[in-house]
Parts: sequence; structure tokens; C-alpha cells
Amino acid sequence: MAYINGIGVISSQDLSRGFPETLQEYRVDFLPCLPPDYKRFINPIAARRMSRLIRMGITSARLALADAGVEMPEAIITGTGLGSVEETEKLLMDMDSGNTLLNPTPFIQSTYNTISSQIAINLKCHHYNSTYVHRSFSFESAFMDALMQIGEGMADNALAGGIDEMTMMHLDIMRKVGHWKQAPASNITLLQDSTPGALAGEGAAFFVLGKEPSASTYCKVEGIDMFHRDSPEGLGEQEIRSFLQSRGYRPDDIDLLVLGYNGDSCFDGIYDRFAGDLFSSATTTWFKHLSGEYYTASAMGLWLGAFMLKNGRIPSAVLLRGDAATPAHRVLVYNQYRGEYHSLFLLSAI
Amino acid sequence: MPKRVFITGIGIISSIGNTVNETLDSLLSGRTGIGGITLFPTIHQGKFPLAEVKLPTSALLEMTGHAGERCYTRTALLGMIAAAEAVRSAGIHDIRQYRTGLLSATTVGGMERSEDFYREFLTDAGKGRLRDVMNHDCADSTDRIARHVGVKDFVSTISTACSSSANTLMTGAEMIRSGKLDRVIAGGTDAATRFTLNGFNTLMILDKGGCRPFDENRAGLTLGEGAAFLVLESEELVKREHKAILAELTGYGNANDAYHQTASSPDGAGAVMAMSLALSMSRLKPQDISYINVHGTGTQNNDLSEGVAIEQVFGDHVPPFSSTKAFTGHTLGAAGAVEAVLAVLAIRHGLVYPNLRFETPMKELHIRPETTLQKGLDIRHVLSNSFGFGGNNSTLILSKA
Repeated sequence: MAYINGIGVISSQDLSRGFPETLQEYRVDFLPCLPPDYKRFINPIAARRMSRLIRMGITSARLALADAGVEMPEAIITGTGLGSVEETEKLLMDMDSGNTLLNPTPFIQSTYNTISSQIAINLKCHHYNSTYVHRSFSFESAFMDALMQIGEGMADNALAGGIDEMTMMHLDIMRKVGHWKQAPASNITLLQDSTPGALAGEGAAFFVLGKEPSASTYCKVEGIDMFHRDSPEGLGEQEIRSFLQSRGYRPDDIDLLVLGYNGDSCFDGIYDRFAGDLFSSATTTWFKHLSGEYYTASAMGLWLGAFMLKNGRIPSAVLLRGDAATPAHRVLVYNQYRGEYHSLFLLSAI
Repeated sequence: MPKRVFITGIGIISSIGNTVNETLDSLLSGRTGIGGITLFPTIHQGKFPLAEVKLPTSALLEMTGHAGERCYTRTALLGMIAAAEAVRSAGIHDIRQYRTGLLSATTVGGMERSEDFYREFLTDAGKGRLRDVMNHDCADSTDRIARHVGVKDFVSTISTACSSSANTLMTGAEMIRSGKLDRVIAGGTDAATRFTLNGFNTLMILDKGGCRPFDENRAGLTLGEGAAFLVLESEELVKREHKAILAELTGYGNANDAYHQTASSPDGAGAVMAMSLALSMSRLKPQDISYINVHGTGTQNNDLSEGVAIEQVFGDHVPPFSSTKAFTGHTLGAAGAVEAVLAVLAIRHGLVYPNLRFETPMKELHIRPETTLQKGLDIRHVLSNSFGFGGNNSTLILSKA
């Protein structure tokens, strides 16, 4: 299908020199991203006008391209559940105020496609450019489109990413709605915290997909699929089997799982059942203590799966079950949002 | 040779009609949908026109069988109405019989409700009805449309500003070509909101008198609202079911101007690329195009850049062209699909639509739009442009099948 040849990630952890020996602990309402070192990629005058989200997007995209040794991607595709929340809030605060000194920047930057287009402007890239905005299918759709661009012969490589930001206002609203935890939580001991609501988060992860492997290849992408439910429910055994079967595999072929546990006592059981029913012999890992929960967090899970395949090791800080010493060959990344949006990514070592 | 993708159903609701037939009637009689702002209170009332769908939200709820329910946004309801019409028009009785996806586009999602929430929440964080903000994000309307028409196999949303729904048609066609799906209902929906009205006003590109696309004295765009969906089906499905074909989606191109976040490049580089990609995919020459439905927003910047790009791509063979935004207003995320539906109608009925309110040719261009309705033509191929902020330029080519 395609290969992951480069990745750029921005999260609550410093991943610039590989996986850290010890994870940074936060006891917070939401897991914030470490500010990216964007000065390598964005001219400071342009950066001053950019929202934080756009700086995160460009930086993670450029990190992925540098990692892959690709200068000009042949497609740029972003998934974002909410786009620029901060800029949207700014315009909401100022609109219909009769303020005659109108600042167009919040409106301009509030449009969902700003990240993809600012990456295009930063790279002077005229190729295919798109943005998907469908809750926890946003990154999945972008990634699927990138695979399709390559598979249908329209591009030899593609840049695809998932990115979302958190603001205090959005945190407050979604906490009232009941999506987030009501009190600060530790990312490290998150799974011992059996309270309802996820630990909120934010982050950016961009991937360079290539038709061919290269010196920097992480893994082969065997497939991706999305499963929508009108009301909370786990995936059916038959759905999982047929996803694997259509790519030529059986559940026993999966030796490593990357699961989207987020500490929400109402929904984490879905992952327990997933790992227990069909994959009882697979090693199990998780990643949301690095990223928190957000609509495009699955991109962090994909990063972790690809990282473990490339490096042939499983960091103990992500291990939930099984043996960290045995290198994995085939990884299944499973993420779901409140039982309604489920996605599977299947990766193989090269 | 890529697999062929056919259009077998269309549905539309906009300021010029609540159905395909009403829309066609308005186009034939030159009736614009642009009028005053009645949907919401704003300090811009009386200052700017708006192309509103001529039904209150309560009527939309009734039409969709949800009278009195509070969880449906206007964006979702408009989309549900247009998508249901498209499904009916395609003669689909059991939608689950074939692998069917829904790809919808929107630029503001449920903003028309969440902006009411924020008005109270911003003055006091304890205030604001949470049910008004639950539908804020873009996926909400798409999921509700999918449920309304019974699509379960694939659902997603695209937002690339004003080119959004042209891209749903492209991605939908690719999903059919790659064998992932047999059928895709693709289109877009956007309700008018105070957010977009205020937002475009900060850019000072709203024409106080109503938009005048491609006119020397144009002063900006006029916002509209609406939804449109098209049913795309694979050649195998069409043959097996002996489906009536409305048109074929023969070409498309997506390119980025990579110039500026809101302004188009003076040479229309991205537009030239999008049109050229679409022509080359459909294996057509510029002189094969019977009609161009231009993006033509009526802003100084778009119309100049698009006009220069058309002159470059078509040279001495510029076919009749017009912007239909003086009829419908700029329906943003829905615009690409709205205009794709109009392209299908142009092919079916042999029409070139008038570019309303055009008076004075632009001095930088040699070309001028059609100003009167042309009937009885043989419209074989329509090229439809949709260009968005962020340099997101998309072109579709729809052909007689």
C-alpha cells in the first residue's frame, strides 16, 4: 500500500531525541503541548501573525518532511476536529460589537483549512491540498485520502497529519458536557484513576507517506478503516476479523496492540474487551498519557506504533500487558471516541 | 483509463428554491434569492443583503419530520433536505443494497447555534445552554444527514473554505474509482450565521448592494446559505441497475495557489493549475468546454485572478461563462455542490445562465460574462470552479453522458 517514511510530532513530551527515559508528569486539567521550536521553519515576522495552532501545524509538518528527507510533498492533507478554536473564540467575542477597528486575522485563521494552506504557503507547494473535519474520523479520513492519492497513482508521496488545540474556554465547555474529568489528573497514573471523563489534551502529528520505502522508513501501512456507531458500542468480532482478513491476516498475526485508553471509566472497558477477546496473546500498549484525549489523538497512536516498529523496541512507559523485549512485526492501532467513532490502523515491520 | 463515475441524483435547497424544480424555475425566470437579513438579529441588518433560504428553521424541522426537536441545526436540516432529494432523484429504494458513503462539506457547522451559546457564555461562564454548543463542530451536520438518508458504510466531512464541496465530489469519485465504495452522496451545507457575516465584514469584502460578479465596479460578495448533494455511482452499479444517468463526472483538479491566506495570486497560478488538471484528466481540450460556471464571487481579487487564469487556460477559446452567485449568493461550503447541481441542469436543459447585475466589463480582461439566459444549446461539458481561502482551488468537469 504505502510506507511511513517520516514523522513529526508535537506533544506533552520531548520526543526530539527518541523516546524519553522517563516521562514528564503533569497533574492538570488538560495535557498541554510543549511549545514547538518553530524558528527553524517559520520566519519570525510571519510567525508573529500566526496562531499557536498554525505554528504547531507547520512545525510538525516540516519535522516530518525533514525526517523523510522530502522537500516537496505531492499532497498535503490535514485532519482537525475543531480547527483553530482560539481564533474562533476571538471573533465570537468581538462580533456584532460595533467595533469599527476590525481585525480580520481571527476570521482568516479560524477557517478549518488554514493549517493545510499555511503549510502549502510555507513550502510553496501547489499540489493537492485538503482538510477533513469529522470528529475522531478527521485524521483517519486525511490518512485514508493520502493512501488513496498514492494508491491511485496521483502522488508518489503525501503529507498527512492530525492536529487539534485546547483552549481554557473549550476545556470548560466540554467538561460541563461531561467529556473531560472534573478534577485535575496525572497523566502517569491516569489508568488507575477510575473516574468518568477523559484527560483532555492536544497535539500534532504529521506523516510522510511514500509509495516506496526509503532509508528512513518506519513501517508499511497495510490498511485503515473507520467504523461509526449511532450510540456507544464496541467493535464486533466479525468487523475486526474482516478488516484483518481483507488484508490477508488473522487476529493471531497481530503481536502488538496500540490502544487509545484515556482514563475514562465509562469507555475504557471497550479497549479491555478488544484486547481480551481476539488478541489475548498480543503485547498491549497505550499512548494518551503522552497526548491526552482530542479528536485527532489517534495520530499519536499511529506515531507510537510506527516508532516501535522502526526501533524494534517497546518503551516500558507505554507497556500495559506482555513482554517489552520481543520485537513486534505487526501492529494494530485501535482508537475510539466515546464508543461512537472507532478506527483501526494496521502496520507491518519492513 | 480511470473507472467512470456517473451522477444519478441531485438535490438542492438555496435562496432560489427549496427543490431542484424550484431552483430551475428561478434560474429560467432570472429571479435572484438575494434579499434582506431576517434570520437573526445583527448590527449589520439593513446594511448588507443576504441570500437566505426562504423558510424558517421551524419549517425545515417539519419538512424533515423533526418538528419541535432542539438538537438539529439549520446547517444539518438544509443538508438533510437536499441529500434526501438527491437520494429520491437517484431512484434509490434500499440504500444499504450497495456500499454507500456520505461526504459532506461545511465551513461553519453548527455555528448558528453555538454563536448564541457563546453570546451568553462569554458574559458569564455559568450561562449558555449546553445543547446549543453540542452541535458546534462540523461532523454533527454530516452525521445527522447520514442518519436521515440511512448511510452507514462511510461518513466524513471536508472543510476547505469556499471550495469544500467541490472536494467532496472529488474524494467521493476517488473512493468509487479505488473500489472502496459503489456509491457516494457528496455535497455540502452551510447556514447563514452572524459569525460568517461579521467575519467577511472584517475583510471588507461584502457588497452593500448585492454582488456584481465580473463587473468593473464590483464591491464584494453577498453571503448565501443552502445545501446541495449529488449521488455519484460506479459504472458497474449504473449498468447493473439500469440507472438513468444525469451526467458524468469526467474530470477534476485540486491545486493550491500557495500565495496568501486570503488573497488569490495576481496571475491565478492555482486556478490555472486546477483547471488544467481537470481538463487533462477528462482528456478534453479547452475548446471542448461548452460553459464555465465560474467561482465569480464579486470580490475585486477573485474575479480578476480567476479571469486572468481563464484567459490563460482558454486563450482564444473562452466559452460562454457566468457566475450564478448573483442568484444564490455565496453559499460557502455548499457552493461547489450548488454549482455542480446547476451544471447538471445546464447539461440536461441546454442552458447557459445569465450573470445577473453585470454592467461594465473589467478593464483588465478581454472577456465578459453572459448576461442573458441562453436556451436550447448543446451543453456537452461544463467546467465549474470553486476557489477558497487558503488558496484551495478546485475545478470539476461535468459532462453529458
